Amino acid sequence: MGTAIEVKNLSRRHRSVAALDDVTVSFEANTIHGLLGRNGAGKTSLMSIIAGQDWPSEGEVRVFGQRPHENEAVLPRMCFVREDQKYMDDAKPGHVFTAASLAYPNWDADLAQRLIEDFHLPMKTKINKLSRGQRSAVAVIIGLACRANITFFDEPYIGLDAAARQLFYDRLLEDYAENPRTIVVSSHLIDEIAPLIEHIVLLDRGRVLVDESADELRERAVTLIGRWDHVQDVIGGREILRREELGRLVRVTVLGGLGADEQARARELDLDIAPVSLQQLVVHLSARQGATLETAKEA
Amino acid sequence: MEEGRALFVQIAEQIEDSILDGSLGEGERAPSTNELASFHRINPATAAKGINLLVDRGILVKRRGLGMFVAEGAHEQLRTSRRETFAEQYLDPMLAEARALGLDMDAVIDMVRRRAT
Repeated sequence: MGTAIEVKNLSRRHRSVAALDDVTVSFEANTIHGLLGRNGAGKTSLMSIIAGQDWPSEGEVRVFGQRPHENEAVLPRMCFVREDQKYMDDAKPGHVFTAASLAYPNWDADLAQRLIEDFHLPMKTKINKLSRGQRSAVAVIIGLACRANITFFDEPYIGLDAAARQLFYDRLLEDYAENPRTIVVSSHLIDEIAPLIEHIVLLDRGRVLVDESADELRERAVTLIGRWDHVQDVIGGREILRREELGRLVRVTVLGGLGADEQARARELDLDIAPVSLQQLVVHLSARQGATLETAKEA
Repeated sequence: MEEGRALFVQIAEQIEDSILDGSLGEGERAPSTNELASFHRINPATAAKGINLLVDRGILVKRRGLGMFVAEGAHEQLRTSRRETFAEQYLDPMLAEARALGLDMDAVIDMVRRRAT
């Protein structure tokens, strides 16, 4: 498949604040990536720089092997859709879609039309008079119909209600199955996008905290519920991500899955074993100070 | 799909369940990657990984240009492997609960016998 995007030692500072701090990460082609992290973790900064819309303070970006900035061979192959997208004052959705059809060589007008109907987008209203959800729909339609080789969705669905978001996820998967391409989705709604994404990059305060497959990550943590001495017996030296107590009962989430022997031991000790969702794991990992997941792997 | 467990493993287990309960017979065509992806609303690559897990174990076989089919003997093979883990998966939790309730083993065996008839 190959690599679509390579980022090496990338830093972006705004005065003394580092939005990105020595980020090295790559994105496989024809894969749906989840770019996760708390507000201010550097998600938008990273996508803006890769998309050629912002300049790095240090480091390098390669898109399909080339520098993206002011590069006409690469820029039309990328689409960056963001929640706070700015449009010309009097533009109606049709104007924006026409502009997009000229900018993106793979633009699919039929798909755009179907999506306009799916999202019930009023075409005669100026964009600045549309509701937040309708503006989000405009952005989502551009991101899907552009069929760019690389598409970034930077939380464009913030204004969409639950039903419209599901519509977006469904259409994205359908179209991706027929036209595989590289998609990077940033979202806070991790549980919602979890089934879509194959690979996860988790940023925290400008650094890469996690860079691995979603399914591997799912099996990286486990929650045990029972008596504390019994829990301790099973978890050994594993790092504890979270510990809650209720009387003599504890609920402990640890890093590192259980082997077959340990699972058997946990059952003997009458411990409940619960899986940890990606959302929970990401929250725990983001809350944790210092050590990266790499160091925890060795432990 | 349930969160917190590898999705591709769950896909493989669900296909196994269909083969075990007979809704997917030997020699029949298994759902395609895209069918699974759209039904479960998951990434097609994840669905493909689940299918490949079963291909590796000889449960599904690929027929070029036609898709994936349930292998001859898949039903028996799955039965054998599930029987091996039956005690651990189902009896151990039951016995743990029985012990916690102070039930003696004869009483438990008696209950099982009565339920089974």
